Amino acid sequence: MHAVFFSLVVGLAAGVAAAQAQAPATAPTPLQAHLTGPIPPLVKYEIVGNTTIPQPLTERPGDPVRGRRVVTDASNSTCLICHEVPTLEEFPNQGKIAPSLEGLGSRYTAAELRLRLVNPKLLVPDTMMPAYYRTEALTRVQRQYVGRTIYSAQDIEDAIAFLMTIR
Amino acid sequence: MKALLALLALVLATAVTAPAHAQGWPLERYTVEDRNSGYFYLGRQTRLLQDDDFQNPGMFAVDQGAALWRRVDGTQGRSCQTCHQNAADVMKGVATRYPAYDAKSGGIINLELLINRERVEKMGAAPFAYESPELLALTAYVSHQSRGMAKNIDISGPAAPFFEQGKEFWNTRRGQIDISCAMCHDDRAGMLLRGDVISQGQTNGHPMYRLIWQSISSTHRMFEWCNTSMRAEPYPLGSPEYLALELYVAWRGRGLPVETPSVRK
Repeated sequence: MHAVFFSLVVGLAAGVAAAQAQAPATAPTPLQAHLTGPIPPLVKYEIVGNTTIPQPLTERPGDPVRGRRVVTDASNSTCLICHEVPTLEEFPNQGKIAPSLEGLGSRYTAAELRLRLVNPKLLVPDTMMPAYYRTEALTRVQRQYVGRTIYSAQDIEDAIAFLMTIR
Repeated sequence: MKALLALLALVLATAVTAPAHAQGWPLERYTVEDRNSGYFYLGRQTRLLQDDDFQNPGMFAVDQGAALWRRVDGTQGRSCQTCHQNAADVMKGVATRYPAYDAKSGGIINLELLINRERVEKMGAAPFAYESPELLALTAYVSHQSRGMAKNIDISGPAAPFFEQGKEFWNTRRGQIDISCAMCHDDRAGMLLRGDVISQGQTNGHPMYRLIWQSISSTHRMFEWCNTSMRAEPYPLGSPEYLALELYVAWRGRGLPVETPSVRK
């Protein structure tokens, strides 16, 4: 009994120590880090039922706090250029050329949102919305963006985590 | 007598306080059928800035262009004026017809490149850099002589294939953002893109004074800006691709009045 308890405590302590040791490595990636430097490899994903990507693109779970920063980043194709997001009322002049994202998290599952962010053209071929995680079938991409996606895989997951909070 | 003085005072006060609207056109003039000048989409303050020649910052370029028109340059000892005389007479209406097919080069030529060719061939002078203040000033001065006249672009005959090329450019999705000119400027003009109203992308006021650049600016610089905003590789200013696009876009605004120098956000 004592031995079990002891090993549990040691195990917990080891776990905490490991988490602390990992802390710098798991600090949130700065925004737009994927747009400069070495090109990150494209994460493969599977589309299920033509409308969803059920599996997250990253092991690290989506972080809604960073996701909020991702989707409001004015210099990287923010949702707010085109969409209104009622829960982001502190951002003025929200776009009105696309549907409002009001209640988005109640209307869609994370798996559905993932496909819509990764490549909405798979659902609506003539949509104006950019594919946030695609590098092929584009025309004359500016040299510094060739082979790069608008969002990183982690951006996609973090953005979904935030978008699911819009209810 | 008192009444007469009061009337005189009123007339004087009106004359002094009324803005010097050089243009002051009624708003209807900026629309022809379904085509709206960028002026139509401007806020009141920006409209007023364009309307008053004494406040319109683009008029500095026009004035500079007038000086350059008279300035002798090159090996032939000539200025523009040496051959063309008074710009207000001979350049009237010229800007309504450009860009246009040019038999000499077998392609499309616009005012900027035409002015540069004249400098090289007739004056023995060096061409100005495409977006240089000098070339913009001369282009603005020449265009200004057509102010109020309707754009009338010939796309028939040898211009037709270039027109088609420009139209295709306009309708092609581009860049990492993957959006065509048409998606915004045909399909969503008048709608709000963040704090900005999307215009139809008309060029009848070009060269324009663009407030965010704080300078007189060419149509091709605007194309470059639009392309890079979509994270698309731009073409060089003065390139055949941009000339074809300029032809298509100018035709798209057929009938709209030349406004040069317009003021845009």
